[in-house]
Amino acid sequence: MFYIYCPYCGEHREEEEFHPKGQAHIERPKEPEACSDEEWGDYLFFRDNPRGVHHEMWVHAVGCRKFFNVTRHTVSYEILETYKMGEQPSITADSQGPSREAAAVSQKEGVRA
Amino acid sequence: MSNAATFDTRTDTAIPVESPLAYSYRHSGAPRAGSSSRLQLRERAMLGHLILRGGAIVLDEAVRDVLGISLPGQPQALVQDASGERSIQWLSPDEWLVIVPGGEEFPLETQLRERLGDAHFAISDVSGGQTLLELSGEAARELLMKTVVYDVHPSNFPVGKGVTTVFAKATTILRRPSEERWELVVRRSFADYCYRWLLDAAAEYDVNVQP
Amino acid sequence: MSQSKQQVFRLNAGGRIDRSRTLSFTFNGQHYQGHPGDTLASALLANGVDIVNRSFKYSRPRGIVAAGAEEPNAIVQLGSSEAAQVPNVRATQQTLFNGLTARSTNGWPNVQRDLMGLFGKLGGQFMPPGFYYKTFMAPASMWLTYEKYIRKAAGLGRSPMEADPDSYDHFNQHCDVLVVGAGAAGLSAALAAARSGARVMLADEQEEVGGSLLDSRETLDGKSADQWVAQVLEELAEHENVTLLPRTTVNGYHDHNFVTLHERRTEHLGETASVINGHRPVRSRMHRVRAGQVILATGAHERPLVYAGNDVPGNLLAGAVSTYIRRYGVAPGRKLVLSTSNDYGYRAALDWKESGCEVVAIVDAREAPAGDWVDAARAQGIKIITGSAVIEAKGSNRVTAARVAKIDIEAFKVSGPVQELACDTIASSGGYSPVIHLASHTGARPTWRDDIIGFVPGLVKGVQACGGANGTYALGEVLAEGVEAGIKAAAATGHAAQAVNLPSVERLQQGPAVALFQVPHEKPTLRGPKQFVDLQNDVTAAGIELATREGFESIEHIKRYTAMGFGTDQGKLGNINGMAIAARSLRRSIPEVGTTVFRPNYTPVTFGAIVGRHCRDLFDPERYTALHQWHVERGAEFEDVGQWKRPWYYPQKVNGTTETMHEAVARECLAVREKVGILDASTLGKIDIQGPDAREFLARIYTNKWEKLAVGKCRYGLMCKDDGMVTDDGVTSCLAENHFLMTTTTGGAAAILEWLELWHQTEWPELDVYFSSVTDHWATMTITGPEARKLLAEITDIDLDRDSFKFMDWRSGKVAGVPARVFRISFTGELTFEINVQANYAMHVWQTLFKHGEKYGLTPYGTETMHVLRAEKGFIIVGQETDGSVTPEDLGMQWCVGYDKPFSWIGKRALTRSDTKRENRKQLVGLRPKDPKVVLEEGAQIVLDPKHAIPMPMVGHVTSSYYSPTLKSGFALAVVKGGLQKLGETVYLPMADGQTFEAEIVSTVFYDPKGERQNV
Repeated sequence: MFYIYCPYCGEHREEEEFHPKGQAHIERPKEPEACSDEEWGDYLFFRDNPRGVHHEMWVHAVGCRKFFNVTRHTVSYEILETYKMGEQPSITADSQGPSREAAAVSQKEGVRA
Repeated sequence: MSNAATFDTRTDTAIPVESPLAYSYRHSGAPRAGSSSRLQLRERAMLGHLILRGGAIVLDEAVRDVLGISLPGQPQALVQDASGERSIQWLSPDEWLVIVPGGEEFPLETQLRERLGDAHFAISDVSGGQTLLELSGEAARELLMKTVVYDVHPSNFPVGKGVTTVFAKATTILRRPSEERWELVVRRSFADYCYRWLLDAAAEYDVNVQP
Repeated sequence: MSQSKQQVFRLNAGGRIDRSRTLSFTFNGQHYQGHPGDTLASALLANGVDIVNRSFKYSRPRGIVAAGAEEPNAIVQLGSSEAAQVPNVRATQQTLFNGLTARSTNGWPNVQRDLMGLFGKLGGQFMPPGFYYKTFMAPASMWLTYEKYIRKAAGLGRSPMEADPDSYDHFNQHCDVLVVGAGAAGLSAALAAARSGARVMLADEQEEVGGSLLDSRETLDGKSADQWVAQVLEELAEHENVTLLPRTTVNGYHDHNFVTLHERRTEHLGETASVINGHRPVRSRMHRVRAGQVILATGAHERPLVYAGNDVPGNLLAGAVSTYIRRYGVAPGRKLVLSTSNDYGYRAALDWKESGCEVVAIVDAREAPAGDWVDAARAQGIKIITGSAVIEAKGSNRVTAARVAKIDIEAFKVSGPVQELACDTIASSGGYSPVIHLASHTGARPTWRDDIIGFVPGLVKGVQACGGANGTYALGEVLAEGVEAGIKAAAATGHAAQAVNLPSVERLQQGPAVALFQVPHEKPTLRGPKQFVDLQNDVTAAGIELATREGFESIEHIKRYTAMGFGTDQGKLGNINGMAIAARSLRRSIPEVGTTVFRPNYTPVTFGAIVGRHCRDLFDPERYTALHQWHVERGAEFEDVGQWKRPWYYPQKVNGTTETMHEAVARECLAVREKVGILDASTLGKIDIQGPDAREFLARIYTNKWEKLAVGKCRYGLMCKDDGMVTDDGVTSCLAENHFLMTTTTGGAAAILEWLELWHQTEWPELDVYFSSVTDHWATMTITGPEARKLLAEITDIDLDRDSFKFMDWRSGKVAGVPARVFRISFTGELTFEINVQANYAMHVWQTLFKHGEKYGLTPYGTETMHVLRAEKGFIIVGQETDGSVTPEDLGMQWCVGYDKPFSWIGKRALTRSDTKRENRKQLVGLRPKDPKVVLEEGAQIVLDPKHAIPMPMVGHVTSSYYSPTLKSGFALAVVKGGLQKLGETVYLPMADGQTFEAEIVSTVFYDPKGERQNV
């Protein structure tokens, strides 16, 4: 059971409130008719399955109903950051950037302390 | 005007209405308890419920002018007017729940639409689709811990907060308008399930129901 | 009834029991007595009950070994009545109450004389690891037969066959710091965290909080350890931010510090909860805890030594002996031999001696033990035999003697002569294993530490281990580690540290322990008497050695081959010993062999606690429409559609007998076709769509066109996923230029709203449009049939003239005095009005319709009739005619596809993929059985040549099939390969019973093909 920081609600919420929606950053081709069958098939059916850092789309279904992205480690299941639709991840398989989620959390905890 | 259809679904004649819990009262009863009751449950039926959608900047001024309450811009915020009869709750960055005394919702929608003119927004009347349940009494928080997954500890759930969350195997809007009172907004079709759940979970607190 | 027996092994003084009160209980039909404060195990020992079970595989007699969750033998079935049965309870964890009734889990027909015992003794030699697989798995078809008897004989506990009278629930908890275990480490951690102001939960699985401090020989601040426990508990009780949960086992440690706790609330009081003020309190409660930080203060389990005959009743853990004496006032025997590899074991001998019983000898594997407890034993005059171990316990139903010899640990052999010491109890200590189970649940791998001869837990983010769980055993250090962990955890959740003064603890001198696991015997392991590693699963040292000889090298494979650490045991006592034996056999080190993964739950959890309140009529939400009461009173049978309860049909009583479904549906169908029927259609999903780009959005999400739909008009729409497969359908109405009302299928409502939001939020945020669910706001009543207009005209102010209110128009006005939107759409093919009113008024409008409808023969109909009527018209139901592999073209619905729309709408591109374009796809057709009495089976496969050898090529299947009272014939919809080219051809449907039905492929529209009736 994950504990997911919803970037729109600004707090961690239980996994039961969310639905996973598969790999993030899959863009619908702007001109579908210009795609070959193979390209269209790639868009429809083929997804990455990395061991390690992965970007996923989730929706806060029982909550604000907003879609957002999650950077998650598929081995430890640790969520490294969450970010709004249209934004890019700060942590990728190749990067070691600071975690946006961690920053938001420490900010919040600073207030509580 | 926003070129949307408005429709007053209420009628002022003496036509009988049935709250979403009408079936439940007949089927499951409404237990009465004496002074030993540690939990009171009351349905606030037939209120006006509007879903307000749009950008906060677009809506804020109109809402303040028409309703006299500022639009809560912060996530999970719930604001009320001085009487406590009218409230606006943040549901999403572009979605709010407005609850007003029954019958006020249509004039309110009309005024808001006039005031907002051609701006992009949406107002949907959902008054028939949900009902408000009020919980009070010393066991209210414990009952909620049995029921919702959200953290209802006062340090995390102060007065003036409201969330949409999981209620048993259904969903609810949960809000805290005052120290003593919690409110659940449940969907009409799930109301009987929610009611039966609450009665079952609150039996040990000698629940008192005020229909 | 037999007489209650004396508590012959009860000590006259000491222990935390109340001797002034007596409790009666029954074990295997015998009556016994104990005292408040006892566990079932301590009471059994007090009564001298040696044999508590028969072993799983060899059916050997077994006695109590431990005093806590790690007990492998004393596993019992509780309950005096069928409904109260609880399986797999550890007697060491079950608090004694008056009237408790328990039976051994194993041992059929009884523990004293066991049928399987004979098999065990004779067959034991022939039951190597893998026995069950090798013997019973072939032929596979016989397994079910074997399994029944093996289970009965092996005894895995059984569930009750009657309803449980108790109730259970869940608590959703959130805290800053969850402390698991309330021994010395846990209490000091909780104290430190609580003082800093953090929200603390402290859970302990025992009846009484305090852990090893409750039977400790040591003092804190010069006072007995239990006094310090009481003092800490007093302070914790004063902190409002602390939740203390005794009798609560932390059973599962899941992702992101989500931890499941199982609190036993009435199990210690009686078999079922007593009714208080008319309510039965919950028997047990699952706490679903989301913790900021977790502190594992789970302590350590003592490791038994593995020697021959170590399973004979009377072999106990050294620490358990101390616990029984000091906490429960029971000496589990008269004459003790202690076999130890370390100083801690000595405490058992000291406690034994102080209780007034005889210590025959301490047998220490070390050549020159030295330390404060060793000195104390010497001072007491206890004989210490060094460099030696108990190599074999003698006896069958109870230990009668210990065979003791010098051993060479390095060479793994007995190195001196064997002496036999008469005794009835052998206590052993091989050191401690930190309880790493919970940390294992997270997937973190433990680390081996040579200095403590054990694994310490691997730790994920947000968790610490302290005290015994961290391999720290000296009391002073344990307390300090607890405080440090508490402060760190509180700080990590934003709470500043407050001072905690640690009590002063006497510093004990201790000698180093020696790493001893399996004790050598004169005979090689494979040929010597059995040396048990896992008592619960009957795994022996020889079994592990054999597994390595048979080529199993991975500890995970050895575990599965031998069953070591399986099931409810989860390797609490045996796993480390097993790994050490595997390591020795494989000539590797223990860390090289590695450890197996422990899994949730730590101890068995009753299903009731997992289910909580989600059972009986609260098992799943039932969604009702505003008219539910009416349907119930009318005697409707209900059908589940998603979570909705929809009237299925309304059986009537005719001449005293209730109609069958077939009769009721026939009557309802004819009423609609000939007069007028009414359906509660409130469950259809309704989505309010507003915004200047609403029309454009519809054009992108639906397959068909929306640009010209005028205000006041409705249109049927078909929705695909981007793979071109149909996913939903429904009617959308234009309420105003920028305002539409979409209806969805009943089951698809929530998913379609999310689908619309998905496209809007992720791909087309530039479109100005909003979606809101109004499903529950409106009640929808469909009146349909030739008399519908006349009926509605009586109670509405809307002009119903066929030329001003046309088919596929909607109008607003009043119906029965209630503001209503009325839609002239049809799912039956008849003249239809769908009346929508605010749900709170629905009952009034519905009843008014009936008041006026009687003279027109107004008949309520349910979903079954709705299905027949729509199928007669060839109207599809998404999810019935479609299954995620059907395109609009497969359905012959090209009329509903806007091929030339400017935007490449969802699903369009896929319709020109090679697979969707290919010939011979399954296409929707009608089937008319050659015999009109036949109603084909839904799902039946269709073939072209019934004489073809099996397997016959299958060309399609039936999707919907009914009897039509209007056509006086069965009829069906089906998907058939190339079906639209096969109209008029005959196909065959071979059934499981050998019959073959014949049917003709026909048009999907069986009734009123020109659609005249809905337009009247």
